[in-house]
Amino acid sequence: MSARHRILQRLREAHRPTSWPAVKIEASTPANAALQREKFCHALQNAHAEVIECDSERWPQLLTTLAKERRWMRWLVGQEVELIHPFEVACGLHSELTLCHYNAPVETLDVDLFSDVDAALTTVKAGIAETGTLVLWPDEQEPRQMSLVPPVHVAILRASDIYASFAQLISKQAWADNGMPTNALLISGPSKTADIQQTLAYGAHGPKILLVFVLRDR
Amino acid sequence: MSQDSRDRFKVRIHEALGDTELRQNFRGAMDFLTGKRAAMFPDADALEKLRTQGASIRKRALAKLPDLLEQLENRCTSQGIRVHWAETADEANRIILGIAQQRKARLMVKGKSMVSEEIDLNHFMALQGIRCLESDMGEYIVQLAEETPSHIIMPAIHKNTAQIARLFHERIPATDYTEDVDALIGIGRKVLRENFASADIGLSGVNFAIAETGTLCLVENEGNGRMCTTVPPVHIALTGIEKVIEKLDDLPPLLTLLTRSATGQAITTYVNMISAPRQPGEKDGPEEVHLILLDNGRSGMFADAELKETLACIRCGACMNHCPVYTRIGGHAYGSTYPGPIGQVLMPRLNGLDKDGNLADACSLNGACGEACPVKIPLPDLIRRVRTDRLAPRTTSTRTQSWLEKQLWRAWLYLYQHPPAYRKLTWLGARTQALIPKRLGLWTKTRSVPLPAAETLHEQMRQHQLRRRESRSE
Repeated sequence: MSARHRILQRLREAHRPTSWPAVKIEASTPANAALQREKFCHALQNAHAEVIECDSERWPQLLTTLAKERRWMRWLVGQEVELIHPFEVACGLHSELTLCHYNAPVETLDVDLFSDVDAALTTVKAGIAETGTLVLWPDEQEPRQMSLVPPVHVAILRASDIYASFAQLISKQAWADNGMPTNALLISGPSKTADIQQTLAYGAHGPKILLVFVLRDR
Repeated sequence: MSQDSRDRFKVRIHEALGDTELRQNFRGAMDFLTGKRAAMFPDADALEKLRTQGASIRKRALAKLPDLLEQLENRCTSQGIRVHWAETADEANRIILGIAQQRKARLMVKGKSMVSEEIDLNHFMALQGIRCLESDMGEYIVQLAEETPSHIIMPAIHKNTAQIARLFHERIPATDYTEDVDALIGIGRKVLRENFASADIGLSGVNFAIAETGTLCLVENEGNGRMCTTVPPVHIALTGIEKVIEKLDDLPPLLTLLTRSATGQAITTYVNMISAPRQPGEKDGPEEVHLILLDNGRSGMFADAELKETLACIRCGACMNHCPVYTRIGGHAYGSTYPGPIGQVLMPRLNGLDKDGNLADACSLNGACGEACPVKIPLPDLIRRVRTDRLAPRTTSTRTQSWLEKQLWRAWLYLYQHPPAYRKLTWLGARTQALIPKRLGLWTKTRSVPLPAAETLHEQMRQHQLRRRESRSE
């Protein structure tokens, strides 16, 4: 008999019917989209992320300017990501900024993510207003390590993709029914730790800086 | 109960109580954590509702535990995660060793996992020539100091910055002494990043395993958990069988309760949900994901309706943060994997009442843990249950009373049935304090002599009423 069989048998033998109270807590939804966006930005900023709200045409130019100011020279971007394309074009106008596409398995990629990249730029599946959270479903185009290994993570989010709460998001997008991806992530700030005498320090293992562009709809 | 382990526990408690620096470190940390949690729950009614919801979700999951475990296994397997079952700590260690040997692994980086502490994995693997490196900053500090975690959420809470600065200076080559926390974290980051990139295996715990979708959910702030589950070619997730929940919808309320109760955060920096190994076309992530489901005494607790409640625990640490005893003696005094109230009820069941039953002595029955628990585990009742179970063999035996004992009880009965006699005796007792001997056999071996008050309670009450009447008539 296997360990599996014995464990399950013990659990089934011990089983007796029990009841539990049914509790449903209604989530409070912000009155309108603007309030929701405000709440989202505020919560993210509280968690030490930088948030820039702007029109969807302006962000590539804002980002290249910022990149040069802060010396974020070597950029990692995904492969064939439509929303990111304007930034690739903008980078072409600034010879000091170099672009690398995550276009091969990490083992054969011609850059080392741990040492050769200053910043990574990704899109975001959704935002959560309640906690100031970015929701990422990394995929073939924008793999998992992009939001983890480089010291700076820049994320682009459409304001219309902000939901009130995590519960609302998974129910509206029917996550359970549609099947989960290999990896789903909630990111609510730059990497941090308080493990040394409760003193908060940023950039524990992941990105030290999280910069979020919230693109206003027109 | 072995006298030996009881004595060792007492020695550790006395040492902890006498260590001013340690007590300051814990006092500071516990005040910090309880304050942050309180700020997260400003509305007592809302908190109560949320706790009831959390308790309900965990109760439902436990009620369906065998079915949910099978569902989890089926979902995970169909998505490419290999599921293993382990009855004991030793079995779990051997499963992990087997995977490591197949991959010819030399280095395993670890995210925070209390279950790996429970099975003493690092020690086991070291004997087999495989190095386990802790990557949570707190765990890394503790491992560097060759110690064990003193708190389940903040493992290095017993150390202050100066102590960690000294440790880094002494143990990490070419490291200057610095008390700058950013610099210290930077040093740890650099050392550990080199190892993430070269590790053969990443090992993690699991906060919630979702049966409906076959998803492993991990909660953290640092990113080391994501590193361990994303960068090495193999990811091993190690969990107790009780961590399973039924639906994805159950996750948001439990996440809220967990992070708010544990560290006073509305959400942690990262919530990492893993449902498969790297798929064809994907460019990173582990090629293999293993899930190890560990029993190690849990199914035994499951069989007892009262003890079963212990399995609802979501390991937030709020019970220890609010425990006045833990706050004073710290985690190491318990000498157990899980310290504080949850440790007091869990360890005696995992290791036996003989070995760890004495942990329940370190409780003043104040009930703070029960009030803090986000999933309403009746911890005070369970601590009392440990005490009862330890004494059970003695109380059930047909012990005969001595003649003297019989007479004493008879006298007690008479006094309590006859108020005038009771009053006379207490009056006498209050006035003959000096005659009470300094030593009263076994009682005074560990306690001071109970001295009657100079006035009986009845006398004090009479005088109190008299004074009130006088002050009113004035």
